[in-house]
Amino acid sequence: MSDIVLKTENLTKHYGGVHALQEANFELRKGEHVAIMGDNGAGKSTFVRQITGVEQRTSGKIWFDGKEVNFTGPIEAREAGIETVFQNLALADDLDVPSNLFLGREKVLFNLGPFSILDRKAMRKATEAALVRTAVKIPNLSSTIRHMSGGQRQCVAIARTATFASKLIIMDEPTAALGVQETAQVENIIRTLKANGEPLILVSHNMRQVFDLCDRIVVFRRGKIVANLRKQDTDGNDIVAYITGAKTGQAELQAA
Amino acid sequence: MSQTSHGIGGLSYDARKRPWPAEFNVFLALVILVGAFELIGRVFLGDSFLFNTRENVSGLFNEQRLQIIILQVSIVGIIAIGVTQVIICGGIDLSSGSIVGATAMIAMSFAQVATVNGNPNPKAMFINFGWTDLPVIVPLLVAIGCGLIAGLINGFLIAYTRIPPFIATLGMMVTARGIAKWWSKGQPISFPTESFAAIGKGLMPVVIFISLAILFQLILTYTKYGKHCYAIGSNEDAARMSGIKIANHKVLVYAIAGILAAIAAVVLSSKNLTAQAGMGVMYELDAIAMAVIGGVSLSGGRGSIIGTVIGSLIFGVIISGFTFLRLDAYYQEMVKGVIIVGAVVLDQWRQRRRAIGA
Repeated sequence: MSDIVLKTENLTKHYGGVHALQEANFELRKGEHVAIMGDNGAGKSTFVRQITGVEQRTSGKIWFDGKEVNFTGPIEAREAGIETVFQNLALADDLDVPSNLFLGREKVLFNLGPFSILDRKAMRKATEAALVRTAVKIPNLSSTIRHMSGGQRQCVAIARTATFASKLIIMDEPTAALGVQETAQVENIIRTLKANGEPLILVSHNMRQVFDLCDRIVVFRRGKIVANLRKQDTDGNDIVAYITGAKTGQAELQAA
Repeated sequence: MSQTSHGIGGLSYDARKRPWPAEFNVFLALVILVGAFELIGRVFLGDSFLFNTRENVSGLFNEQRLQIIILQVSIVGIIAIGVTQVIICGGIDLSSGSIVGATAMIAMSFAQVATVNGNPNPKAMFINFGWTDLPVIVPLLVAIGCGLIAGLINGFLIAYTRIPPFIATLGMMVTARGIAKWWSKGQPISFPTESFAAIGKGLMPVVIFISLAILFQLILTYTKYGKHCYAIGSNEDAARMSGIKIANHKVLVYAIAGILAAIAAVVLSSKNLTAQAGMGVMYELDAIAMAVIGGVSLSGGRGSIIGTVIGSLIFGVIISGFTFLRLDAYYQEMVKGVIIVGAVVLDQWRQRRRAIGA
């Protein structure tokens, strides 16, 4: 069982009387790309928020990297090795690319507490290397995020995630607001991550994208995991049936 | 290849088409302003604004005027350095002028001489305690302590009670002014020691202003502190998600602003050889204006100390230019107001154009 990166057992989250997530059992293995699908309000984002420590779960257990974990905040989760690309990007518009990549974990030349001198050359070099590794195309590292297109911003956010994630990357609808070309660029980055063997959880509404990029598809409906299928065992219609509730599929769940 | 050398991943990038730094525009405005005064002066007064026209004085430039320009902005300029980093960090500080008043009063009372012309100093606050003729370090430390406390209170209020900076510093503005008046029951405090008076003598305010400006320009550009200022002002949520300790940082930012206001108070009271409860009134607005004119965005995240220094020079040139044109002081204030609003309008316009153009 040493190749399991993330495992949840009976993960449950109630918002007052709303059962947003009920007894979710989930596993992710090394190098695996898993898609999470489901309608709006099905519990996808709730699930992600429990794993990344943005919210505190009502009950259930989470194992990450072989240990049971209780993250009290997203920063703790990040320090443990879970990097998340949030829907709202979490970039500082007025900073350039290296500054954003290293925001909150700057490389330092001389340590003087808050007035530590930044090692700008090293950060720039590391940024260039990271962009090459993730195949992100950015014309000018020194221009601020404000001057970039939505796709470039998303690429910076993903490059930042990929640079520091030692163990797990989570993307919450990374291409939701992007055009065709920009989506293709982001998808290429995800393929690069796959080739590098980095595990990934992708929350997406895009069926083609999910079948293109992921090994396994987990469907949420009304706060429950209703399907857990390998890509080759299913097709688009099947998934849609699970998402809409036409198929309830406890049998398939056990088979998979 | 030289053209695309900055591009990563094969996208072309032309370094020559890079947008100008905002400071360049501000500097251009300064040059145009000086040119306008020069032109008006030559045409209507037959005198030069910038150049030396007197025969009994040597030198190409009118050095006296240039000195006055920079001397009269340097004290507010010191405050503006602190205000600049506050605004970059997404806040505002309305309390700096009152902190100047309160700090000047308190610090000066620790810098007084025992005897004036052989008689006991009539204004000495602590003569009964024997706290006169103290070494200069005492009033300096007292001043920095005052500024630090005021700044820390601002910072803690803003970071932990989450009230808007406008309200927190407005409260400090009123309170600190009250302290300034209460300290000596409204009486001016005078007769400082020679060593205290030396701090603001001659061109010392300019030297202190420029040194602090260089120091903080370096801090904002090359340190973690500076980077986090821009990050928080730019996107506070992103900064928090990145693990930056927002509350600590804000406390530090306002504490530094308080200390800089205190330094301005020392320089001002030393230069004037007296401290009065009304010192520094409206300085906070002048300082904010200098920053805004210098291209610091009130919405946070953008600007620099260099910009603020140029902004302060624009301020000085306007005041000095109006005197040169022999216009009443009333007009100065009216025009100052127009320029402040104009600078903010310009900033908004720049942002909108950027949003559309990008």
